[in-house]
Amino acid sequence: MSTLKPEVNSNDHIQGDDTASVTIVEFGDYQCPYCGNAYPILKEIEETFGHQIKFVFRHFPLANAHQYAVPAALAAEAAGLQGKFWEMHDALFENQYRLDGDLFDELAETIGLDLERFRQDSVSDVLREKVEHDFDSGVRSGVNGTPSFYVNGAKFDGAATDLYQMLKESTT
Amino acid sequence: MLEKGTIAPDFELNATPDQKIKLKDFKGKKNVILAFYPADWSPVCSDQMALYNEMLKYFTKHDAQIFGISVDSTWCHLAFEENRKLHFSLLADFEPKGTVAKAYGVYDEKTGTSERALFVIDKEGKIAWSYLSPIAVNPGADGILEALEELDPQ
Repeated sequence: MSTLKPEVNSNDHIQGDDTASVTIVEFGDYQCPYCGNAYPILKEIEETFGHQIKFVFRHFPLANAHQYAVPAALAAEAAGLQGKFWEMHDALFENQYRLDGDLFDELAETIGLDLERFRQDSVSDVLREKVEHDFDSGVRSGVNGTPSFYVNGAKFDGAATDLYQMLKESTT
Repeated sequence: MLEKGTIAPDFELNATPDQKIKLKDFKGKKNVILAFYPADWSPVCSDQMALYNEMLKYFTKHDAQIFGISVDSTWCHLAFEENRKLHFSLLADFEPKGTVAKAYGVYDEKTGTSERALFVIDKEGKIAWSYLSPIAVNPGADGILEALEELDPQ
């Protein structure tokens, strides 16, 4: 059984309650259509289970298959430096159907980022290393495709819909 | 399936219509990763090859060369490599079909394809790690990476 390495820590982007009993980690790629399909289901999970759920996203860009995967991950991280990681994360998935090189600036403006700073941060080596670090953690955790989910540190073999089903059964 | 410690059977297979890969050429030079998979184009394998495609710099770091192997022909492999932008070679275990898969003990007689199996072969030509995955499950790369790390000079 594959487990999450390293465990959720202060370098992660975490959404939800500290006291939540269920931690879901997704390894995802903003250009991956399966991740795009999982996005609304994860939103529904967060809404349905509220305080019981903590959600973490780590990048797993398949750069050869998806040319915008790494730039999109960097855009999310750059937004994160201005405290808006999740706003960019959501905007990227919601606009996945028209993802291209021009989209990032537009989304940055829409969510109210300092555009100049965003552009500079998007090409920073530090953020690139952070994305690579996430990928590395995915490889070591046994990620075999995107999206891959971990529930309380253990690999969950299934899609977002299976995850929803499992949570429904285990919380009632 | 051949286990850790066994001498890896030598083979000579086409990587392209006019390029052959010989396992023994890597002896003393590089670690070799063999990823047997059932067929080009089937969804799970494609994810698996896409994952290895992203990991080439990891393999290079550990002085390792990866090859995918299936019973598909070189022309089929070429089309698949091009379509998925793969930057490593797929070997054609095509004629006589499945000979190498049989030598490594990972040929499925019923389907006429190889099973989904991974081998890490060290520089002395010995199998350092092997793993047979359920046919529908992409085995990821964590096992390969751990095996390579064990081979690294201390």
